[in-house]
Amino acid sequence: MYSRAYKTLVSLPPLLWVGLFLLLPYALMFAHSFWAVHDGVLVHQWNLHNYVTLFSKPVYVGVLLRTMRIAASVTLCSLLLGYPLAYYLSFHAGARKELLYQLVIVPLWVSYLVRGYAWKTILGSEGVLNGFLQYLHLTHAPVAFLLYSPFAVVLMLTHIYTPFVFLPIYAALEHIPRPLVEASHDLGAGSLQTFLRIILPLSIPGLLAGATFAFVLSLGDFLAPLLVGGASGTMIANVVQSLFGAAYDWPLGAAISVCILIITISLLFLSERLEKRWSFK
Amino acid sequence: MSSAAANPQQQLSAALEALLELRGVAKRFGAREVLKNISLNIASGEFLTLLGESGSGKTTVLRLVAGFERPSAGEIWMSGQRLDTLPPYKRRVNTVFQHYALFPHLSVRENVAYGLRVKKTSATEIGGRVDEALRMVKMQEFAASRPSKLSGGQQQRVALARALVNRPLLLLLDEPLSALDANLRKLMQGELKALQRAVGVTFLFVTHDQEEAMALSDRIALLRNGALEQVASPREIYAHPATAYTAQFIGQTNLLRGEIMDGTARCGALQWPAAGPSGAAIFSLRPEVIRLAPDAAAPPGTARFRAALQQQFFGGASELLEVNCGGGQLLRVRISARGPLSGEHDFIFSIADAIRVQE
Repeated sequence: MYSRAYKTLVSLPPLLWVGLFLLLPYALMFAHSFWAVHDGVLVHQWNLHNYVTLFSKPVYVGVLLRTMRIAASVTLCSLLLGYPLAYYLSFHAGARKELLYQLVIVPLWVSYLVRGYAWKTILGSEGVLNGFLQYLHLTHAPVAFLLYSPFAVVLMLTHIYTPFVFLPIYAALEHIPRPLVEASHDLGAGSLQTFLRIILPLSIPGLLAGATFAFVLSLGDFLAPLLVGGASGTMIANVVQSLFGAAYDWPLGAAISVCILIITISLLFLSERLEKRWSFK
Repeated sequence: MSSAAANPQQQLSAALEALLELRGVAKRFGAREVLKNISLNIASGEFLTLLGESGSGKTTVLRLVAGFERPSAGEIWMSGQRLDTLPPYKRRVNTVFQHYALFPHLSVRENVAYGLRVKKTSATEIGGRVDEALRMVKMQEFAASRPSKLSGGQQQRVALARALVNRPLLLLLDEPLSALDANLRKLMQGELKALQRAVGVTFLFVTHDQEEAMALSDRIALLRNGALEQVASPREIYAHPATAYTAQFIGQTNLLRGEIMDGTARCGALQWPAAGPSGAAIFSLRPEVIRLAPDAAAPPGTARFRAALQQQFFGGASELLEVNCGGGQLLRVRISARGPLSGEHDFIFSIADAIRVQE
């Protein structure tokens, strides 16, 4: 069909792009994780010391575990918000469907930073929420845990990633043929049984895709903890940032990055396997 | 009205025998009136077909009975119980959907067991009844398969088993054969009819295929633009169509538009003695009631005419002739196969076979 030269020409730019901006940086990162820093100078001396440090110092393992806990909470919260929303839109919104869909998407157009600062204004000790609570005399002093805590990070990340969870679930629900729902009712199942036995199982691929989005994106997030996390809400990406910055320990930072990469890739792999298992054509 | 008043006994017994009753049912979607004042009784054990073109409202009737839509006016009753106010899952009605709507994530066995499982039937009873239903449609060996692994005909059988295992009082079938190819379709028609006789369940069947309706049904209800055009047995509706629309929709016919004047019907070149008041009239004359005249005689009760052959279509056992009676009046005549014809011929038909119909 197409000449060999044409095919080569067309596939060259993407290959170059992937090689230059994805594979090469990863290779560099991988190499760095086996090098070392002596007296503030990077030495190309192959060793496993960085990985030993990473797994033997409780601080790193602790932050890594906290990061996974936060990511899991964000995933759970955005599923709890996103699934019912998608279900309502797909099955019960009627004529309002298009409008509501747009309303879910619109927040994605607002800069991540702006949304972060908005949460700061809401949650801060002089913030909107504390002012309101004191106005109602529910509290007499600003509630401290609202800002600069893992809670604030989970809240902000849930706000940001719920649309990402909503979208694949909504797509999955929209693809369920409506006669299947009618057939279920016809065979004697009420709404709850129909949801549990037909709609939920058939939406699992979308649910998995949404959960993976939320977890993986939260796992690597570094702005939310920086803006609203404080010391108790520090996540692994912040550690990596400081290691590559002020601490000047690129090899250790690279080792942590490799760990995160491995976790992410295994999750994506697992999620894809599960999605295949639950998709029916 | 007068007959009902004269014989309330008869009306009562008819109501008792009727399994399903539609009383003045109408359905509007916004400003669009899809069904107008439909009143229809279906007897227990009957095979009734809703026949009509697409958009005639036949599927809407089915969806109202199944409970997927609510009527805008009128009532639906089943065995003395108001049906249209019940949700679909509380009706003793099951549906075979047009594209079967089998659950893709469940095996054939789980699909068939679905209705019993949601009604919390005991496991042993589910096992027995599902086996029986699968045996009935000859699908036991596919019990563990997923629906996507089955052919159209096999999916059709599973859909039937899934509905019938619940022992519904009424089975609704929404063009169940339309997705099958012609040969399989004929085969499944036979199986469907045999199955209905075997289980004795009342069938409400929807199709746009008049041949299928005639082959399968005890009675046909012909719908036109959301209103009932005629309800009768296949033989009755074929032999005595009430309207020109029915005559043309069911089977092939020649519609003769003319008039009755002083006891004689005149339609173009054709005329024959006919009773009835003078005025415009339409007659339906089926192609197969017209014959080639064997001799010059015209026995009483018959009409003769001479026409030139225009076209001849060979159809195996029979052939269809298109003949010109003069003045551009074309008639179709079906005769048993007898070799090529040409020129002018005399044709004859029995006057009783010219059925007067309404517009």
